[in-house]
Amino acid sequence: MTEVLYKLASYITGHAFVRHALIVTVLVALCASLLGVTLVLKRFSFIGDGLSHVAFGAAAVAAALNLTNNMLLVLPFTVMCAILLLRVGRHSKIKGDAALALCSVSALGIGYLIMNRFSVSSNVSGDVCSSLFGSTSILTLSAGDVWLCAALSFAVIAVFLLFYHKIFAVTFDEDFAVAAGVPAKTYNLILAVATAVVIVFAMRLVGALLVSALVVFPALSAMRVFKSFKSVTVCSVVVAVVCAVFGILFSIAAGTPVGSTIVAVDIAGFLVLGATGFIVRRFRPS
Amino acid sequence: MAKPEPLLVCENLTLGYEGKAVVSGLSFSVSEGDYLCVMGENGSGKSTLLKTILKLQAPLSGRITVGGANKSAFGYLPQQTASQRDFPASVREIVRSGCLGRCGLRPRYGKAEKELAEENMRKLGVAPYAGRCFRELSGGLQRRALLARALCAAQRALLLDEPASGLDPEATREMYALIAGLNAAGTTVIMVSHDIAASLEYVSHVLHIGLQKTLFFGAKDEYAASGVARAGAAAGGAKA
Repeated sequence: MTEVLYKLASYITGHAFVRHALIVTVLVALCASLLGVTLVLKRFSFIGDGLSHVAFGAAAVAAALNLTNNMLLVLPFTVMCAILLLRVGRHSKIKGDAALALCSVSALGIGYLIMNRFSVSSNVSGDVCSSLFGSTSILTLSAGDVWLCAALSFAVIAVFLLFYHKIFAVTFDEDFAVAAGVPAKTYNLILAVATAVVIVFAMRLVGALLVSALVVFPALSAMRVFKSFKSVTVCSVVVAVVCAVFGILFSIAAGTPVGSTIVAVDIAGFLVLGATGFIVRRFRPS
Repeated sequence: MAKPEPLLVCENLTLGYEGKAVVSGLSFSVSEGDYLCVMGENGSGKSTLLKTILKLQAPLSGRITVGGANKSAFGYLPQQTASQRDFPASVREIVRSGCLGRCGLRPRYGKAEKELAEENMRKLGVAPYAGRCFRELSGGLQRRALLARALCAAQRALLLDEPASGLDPEATREMYALIAGLNAAGTTVIMVSHDIAASLEYVSHVLHIGLQKTLFFGAKDEYAASGVARAGAAAGGAKA
């Protein structure tokens, strides 16, 4: 045990890429869990998965166009889809989950088609696999990546703290919020943009298929035990950060893939809090 | 006594969804301090009328003029939606959210808003449950908490959509008495209800929407004397 800890400590102090990975993981997990509470309650649990497929499709187009920086295409395109889903979704004829499935499947299908026909890389299935499941790219982050991620994370956290009460109102009961004079559309727009930004960056951490876990697990785990919006939000952030740190340290020590290890730890966290909630309800003096 | 300036004037409204009219030719007005009850069969467009007044949807034709001084918010009590049932939120968090219209761009509630929320929770008897989880309360307490929230937002008027839906007879009576008390204290109330007998006890004006058209609009006493009320009461009696 001490040997493993010693090894981890030497990795963290000795290698900048391990520190970078840790910082980025904590920031992304924090942002994803902040927005996750609202997204789960708005019945958009699968938005992480859906939007990451959209981002995959956009990345495929960017690769076919030989863009050196594919973020220039991926981010605006994903933000656009998020706005369409979160803002228009509620009153459109194709409702939330169906619209999400439609976007996600189309982007995945067309993206793979384009990648297959126009890709310059010789290893198409390898590329697809790594962008869907996340590769070890989290361990190859540059200092610039870390700064960019930190800046965006702080922006997302600031937006959440500034508009916390409005986000609560718009999530709990949008019609009431509009009636009371809160510009709900604006806040939904802000939420959509923040969601898209977080998901595009979280994709690089755990890969497209596992982004949902970062959005959904901490929020659902927190809801097992806590019953007010504030306590659920705080608990969700704590759970997300603890699970992410554990997951990444474990994956470094044991040499397992980063993304799937974090998800495994998230599942464990969900089970622990689920059991806690059950015990608390069972034995609470009422 | 000079007649107060109307708070809300609806002229020749046609309401409906996707171009299909549900009701047309709606004209009525509400003055400050009025208690208007909107009646009609299921599907006659009562809830649609509330949503149109709240600008949640646009009228197909006609005009709504909202008068009065510098007040821009309605307190709305919607019929319960499914998403609220498993939402983790305390009663205090929910009631306070009614004050958001007063906050503008300020990120936090001020002292005045917090006090207003506490006062309205006391008025509606949910103060002892302020820290409790909303979804664990009884149906009656949940409706009262939502009414307290609406009251926080009701700078102009309260708009209530079936305030007693899902309540037992005892809680229904209490709910109507509570609303009458709020109206007596000066709050303008527009309420949708299909419970004619119970709601008529307290209201000042009645708007009765029939299939496709207005059947009646006027003061309660005139309504009681008109044939519409007898027909409605007969229908209500037959239903009960």
